[in-house]
Amino acid sequence: MNEHEQGDRRMESIIGILLRLGVMVSGAVVLVGAVVYLLRNGGAPLPNYKSFHGETVQLSTVGGILAGCREFRGRAIIQLGVLLLIATPVARVVFSALAFAFEKDKLYVGITLFVLAILLFSLIGSSLG
Amino acid sequence: MTIFVFTVLVAVSAFMAGLVGSLTGLGGGVVLVPLLTMAFGVDIRYAIGASIISVIATSSGAAAAYVREGYSNIRIGMFLEIATTIGAIVGALIATMVSGRVIAVIFGAVLLVSAYLSSKKQREQPTAEECGTLSEKLRLSGSYPTPNGPRSYCVCNVPAGFSLMFTAGTLSGLLGIGSGAVKVLAMDQAMRIPFKVSTTTSNFMIGVTAAASAGLYLSRGYIDPGLAMPVMLGVLAGSIVGAKLLVKAKTKSLRLIFSLVIVALGIEMIVNGIRGTL
Repeated sequence: MNEHEQGDRRMESIIGILLRLGVMVSGAVVLVGAVVYLLRNGGAPLPNYKSFHGETVQLSTVGGILAGCREFRGRAIIQLGVLLLIATPVARVVFSALAFAFEKDKLYVGITLFVLAILLFSLIGSSLG
Repeated sequence: MTIFVFTVLVAVSAFMAGLVGSLTGLGGGVVLVPLLTMAFGVDIRYAIGASIISVIATSSGAAAAYVREGYSNIRIGMFLEIATTIGAIVGALIATMVSGRVIAVIFGAVLLVSAYLSSKKQREQPTAEECGTLSEKLRLSGSYPTPNGPRSYCVCNVPAGFSLMFTAGTLSGLLGIGSGAVKVLAMDQAMRIPFKVSTTTSNFMIGVTAAASAGLYLSRGYIDPGLAMPVMLGVLAGSIVGAKLLVKAKTKSLRLIFSLVIVALGIEMIVNGIRGTL
């Protein structure tokens, strides 16, 4: 095993831990939201999932979700967990870019930043639109 | 049905999907959408939104275990993610433009193809001459551990693999699945990367690919917390238990049964899509 592969292995194990941490944190947040949601609404009849009408701004934008969390709404807390989960692979890409820069691998710094740009285009572009 | 009963039923089903998906290595996502639409009567767009979230969770959760084994190749993954993330955005945009019936038919067809692909045999490892120069230029070549020490490999047909990855990303964004089967097809069959390296690197890529379309789904209102919550927690718990059992269980017959289930669900999705009864 040569030097760059050893560096890669180290980078991969840190990334693996980072990903699991992200999943654990977001899972815990979703669980808290689930308890609040079910305690308050568990006995209510089921919302209409049979036809699609889209979520409201309160549950589909970052601003709306954060505002709902401040009011301790269960559904907003679940969405916060979902946001954290979506952010987890993005954090992985950011970390990879740093690690490649540390290894002075310009080609892969470029490739990784390009992937990051695509992700940010999707996440930011969609929250503005 | 009250919200509480519905949540418990969906969580239990998602747990089973996650368990079987991780035991067979075929992924739980492919059965989630048919389950939510056909058994629970959920609109396919909500089902896709919930499914993509569970895909990110299982892919990211399993990554740590895969990394420890030392098979995944982070450069191959990152390079191909250019194709899968662009594909995922294209797929998610297509999903917002076509009807649920069209999505259902495409979904069914992908299920059938996935079941077929997972039964294919892996190919011989290529020589350095067969691989050409791109493998070295892009630093995709690597090595993986074997009982007799590390074994090196190179990567063939990079442009063909890259195009297949774009397709995998598009399907992932369109249908809310990990499309692991198409990813492994690209790496294992086209690029002729060793099987273990293909499957673990594919798992590594699935989370990033899904994140690219999940943002779009969230802002378009496809992700309902009441659905995403039991699906995510259920699949996650199921796949964690599955990973623990994996060492002991005999997976060959389970894999066959699960493939047959996927075929049956695929046919049912196509029929429902054509009839418009979803």
